[in-house]
Amino acid sequence: MHLKLRHSTRYTYDTPVRGIIQMLRLTPRPHDAQHILHWRIDVDQDATLKPSEDSFGNIVHTFWAEGPLESLTITVEGEVQTENTNGVVQGTPERLPLGLFLRETRLTTPNDAIHKFAGKTAGSKPTLDALHALMEAVHKRMKFDIGVTSVATTAAEAFKAKHGVCQDFAHIFIAAARSAGIPARYVSGYLREDGGREQYEAGHGWAEAWVPDLGWVGFDPANNCCPTDAYIRVACGLDYLDAGPVRGVRTGIATEQLDVEIQVTQGSNQ
Amino acid sequence: MGKAAFDEMNGFGGEHRAAYRQLQAWLEDTPVELLEQRRLEAEALFRRFGITFAVYGQKDAEERLIPFDLIPRVLTASEWKILEDGLTQRVQAINALIIDLYGKGEILKAGIVPEELIFANEAFRPEMIGVEVPGGVPVPIAGIDIVRVDAEKFYVLEDNARTPSGVSYMLDNREATHLLFPDLMARSKVRPVERYPDELLAVLESLAPRSASSEPTIAVLTPGSYNSAFYEHSFLADKLGVELVEGRDLFVRDDVVYMRTTQGPKRVDVIYRRVDDDFLDPLAFRPDSMLGVPGLFSSYRAGNVTLANAVGTGIADDKAIYSYMPEIVKFYTGEEPMLHNVPTYRCREEEALKYVLDHLPELVVKEVHGSGGYGMLVGPASTKKQIAEFEKKLKSDPDNFIAQPTLALSTCPAFVDGEIAPRHVDLRPFVLTGSKGTRIVPGGLTRVAMKAGSLVVNSSQGGGTKDTWVVED
Amino acid sequence: MMLASTANDLFWMARYVERAESIARTLSAAGRISAIPQVSGEETNEWSSALAAAAQLNAFMETGREPTEKEVFDYLAFDESNPSSIKSCLTQARHNARSVRPALTTETWEAINTAYLDFRKYEKAGHSLRAHQEFLRWVLDVSLRVSGTAFRNMLRDERYWFSRLGFYIERADNTARIMDVKYHVLLPEHSEVGGSLDYYQWSSILRSVSALTAYHWVYRQALKPWLIADLLILREEMPRSLASCYQNITTFLDEMARAYGKQGPAQRAARTTHSRLRNTRTEDVFQKGLHEFLTEFLADNNKLGAVIAEQYNLA
Repeated sequence: MHLKLRHSTRYTYDTPVRGIIQMLRLTPRPHDAQHILHWRIDVDQDATLKPSEDSFGNIVHTFWAEGPLESLTITVEGEVQTENTNGVVQGTPERLPLGLFLRETRLTTPNDAIHKFAGKTAGSKPTLDALHALMEAVHKRMKFDIGVTSVATTAAEAFKAKHGVCQDFAHIFIAAARSAGIPARYVSGYLREDGGREQYEAGHGWAEAWVPDLGWVGFDPANNCCPTDAYIRVACGLDYLDAGPVRGVRTGIATEQLDVEIQVTQGSNQ
Repeated sequence: MGKAAFDEMNGFGGEHRAAYRQLQAWLEDTPVELLEQRRLEAEALFRRFGITFAVYGQKDAEERLIPFDLIPRVLTASEWKILEDGLTQRVQAINALIIDLYGKGEILKAGIVPEELIFANEAFRPEMIGVEVPGGVPVPIAGIDIVRVDAEKFYVLEDNARTPSGVSYMLDNREATHLLFPDLMARSKVRPVERYPDELLAVLESLAPRSASSEPTIAVLTPGSYNSAFYEHSFLADKLGVELVEGRDLFVRDDVVYMRTTQGPKRVDVIYRRVDDDFLDPLAFRPDSMLGVPGLFSSYRAGNVTLANAVGTGIADDKAIYSYMPEIVKFYTGEEPMLHNVPTYRCREEEALKYVLDHLPELVVKEVHGSGGYGMLVGPASTKKQIAEFEKKLKSDPDNFIAQPTLALSTCPAFVDGEIAPRHVDLRPFVLTGSKGTRIVPGGLTRVAMKAGSLVVNSSQGGGTKDTWVVED
Repeated sequence: MMLASTANDLFWMARYVERAESIARTLSAAGRISAIPQVSGEETNEWSSALAAAAQLNAFMETGREPTEKEVFDYLAFDESNPSSIKSCLTQARHNARSVRPALTTETWEAINTAYLDFRKYEKAGHSLRAHQEFLRWVLDVSLRVSGTAFRNMLRDERYWFSRLGFYIERADNTARIMDVKYHVLLPEHSEVGGSLDYYQWSSILRSVSALTAYHWVYRQALKPWLIADLLILREEMPRSLASCYQNITTFLDEMARAYGKQGPAQRAARTTHSRLRNTRTEDVFQKGLHEFLTEFLADNNKLGAVIAEQYNLA
């Protein structure tokens, strides 16, 4: 599929801030089923975007902007060509030992309830079946709800509350998969939903888990499916903190207003 | 506690060990009233200087003194030589281990240390994988805890490669002995420790990043004046002649770290940091950290600033890793380890767990990530009820524990409650490694359990400290 | 070059110690005047004035307590909930000092640390007049020790200058405030009435800034309100006068500008205030209105603190 993306993030401050530093994970890497035709990030303030790579192989842009700043807008524009591989992801740079993806993080530490859930759902099924069963079970248990959870909500908290956003679904899935001994990781990116919707308020988050013979396979528990060619895969990590699109700090006392506009459209040339 | 402990002055009884001859004679000549008077003077001195520490979770005891025991602990030059060689070897191995774990991972490939012990470990930092450590030495400052059980044998009890503390006490205790007992010092020919700050400064300078100027700017990073070890941070900055900074004093621009000064930004090249990994940089680690410097880790990855110690060195402090240290030392140095490891049962291994559960009353059981003497069981000193409770914890999470036989730690004479009596001690020498090799000032921090028979020397649990002498044979 | 936060801590350490001293002097003077038998028809409450001089009157009233000697003394000396109590000032000064210990001499650090450790003793001493007096004398002693050790032992570099700037800005603030609280008894028309209580009020003002003896040395005559104003505002030889404070402030700011090779808004602001004080006569002050003059001065003085913070990145 030929996908076009436009993603703008605008921060407005009620009093000017003295400085901002941000790290952006907003640039996808190509893999066998994702070809980057064109991609560009812009910041509307005087700042240089310095590219680097993190341990997971994600492309990171860091910038520093000196205040006083009343607002800041980050714009991402890109075009990719994708193929449907039923979630199988190949051709990504894999530099980290697999064992690392069994590691618990603060956001994905399974509590007893998740351990039990994982044990019951995965049982002694073969890995791929176990993962599908987990995805389905997470999807069934959780209600999709915006505004109840935050970026700091842990898998255990969301599991108990039984609702959350895609990120909470993914964290629970990851915690459960690791509990069942399957390496798993968080993926952030974009999704063009079925039915032709073009405007979105947020990016998307899902999970990948390691299946012998297949390698990393994507699972999207929020939509109960494996990622297709409607997904743009941007960054991965142990949890949202590693892979989320923006981490930043600003100096100065201000309340910020955040406006996010995402547009994912299908290109017409294919 | 059953078997008698080795006393460093009297051996296993009746002996007069040569190292203590001077001191023993002096103790016999000195009335206890004078000792008591000196003890009070020492206490007043320490309080006036503000040599205090804060205890976590005890609000009213905001600033406490660590008891200073007047009677020095004595090691001979030949004993010191054994320690010096053994510590150098061990710290070289620890540095090699850290570089390897975040680099090629050869020790894992060789199957010497099990992978899951590393990767599942919180102290292991995935963010460090593939990062070339600026300066090339991940653990420039190590504190290795040593105990002895007889005249010949020294055991390593614990490795501290994260942020070993206590060196200010080593220096202050020596200063106090000079002030309180000038005559004794004058005739005892004690090797000096005073050059430690100079050695540390030289080490930090030697590790400056390539992009630094020929006179690198060094700073000590503290979590702030409410931190339990703040006195030491301020002491070290003072002795090193460098700025003591908090996170808010630093900022990062274009991957370079600066401090805010009255004349504008000044580049910082080497940071001796006493802030834990988790709190160093809210953009790389805990996002809620208020103590860190946003962007610091990015600057570190870019090779523009040296952190001493490096990020992720705490993995070497883990007590489960500790149990592999003899193999680790052999793997990296190709030599037999010179210092002994205390035999350690890894409760994650089924057979070991069974043994430990059967022998709890004889063993010391510790949490693998624990420190400060918290969360441990000293079998012989515990009640049946305590043991039973611990057994439950152990069974529910065996991976989290190791066990060791209870060592009869050596004792030294101490001045407690108006009399001289033997008390158990350990020793933490401070091992410095720069680009030009490893240096250890002769001595270290001797910690002493002030309660009779107690084996817990941690200051957070009422332990005291002693001046530690290395004297010629 | 020094760390901006170090400069900030040194600046505030000196301010807090000076503030503690000023409160001690105010309490001492209030104790003295309230021991004088009341003259008929004149209702004053020295303890309310003491609160006002410490800029704590409203905060105290909000606690719902009565401004009696015991309550006010307790509030201004020992109350931790009052950020300007002597206890809070000394605790804060010690906190600042501890944060920048390497920048202090051992003697200065010990003076502050010992004061902090000894404070408890006085808190427990109870509310006898004697205990109060002893405590206040001790506070003056502490302040003297802190300033003295700094004066005698500190290198004359930016560390010293920043701490002196804090000291003099605080001092000017206190002197102006003490006068402002009682400006009505200093007004010329008041002197015609000239009751004996006025005399005590005047001497109380002078005592609060330890200038009673100095007054007699300078003027060699009985207390006159306009001379008191002259002494405390315009006389540079009087160490607590506004003019003297500003002479010092401009000197230290000039030294800093020389060392850093750069003049800035702080130097300009201090010089403006200083030359205004130099070019003003007592008549001018009263013509403008003493209260108006002092109000304006307090605002300028306050602003200078902010300008210094801005220019040297302290904030």
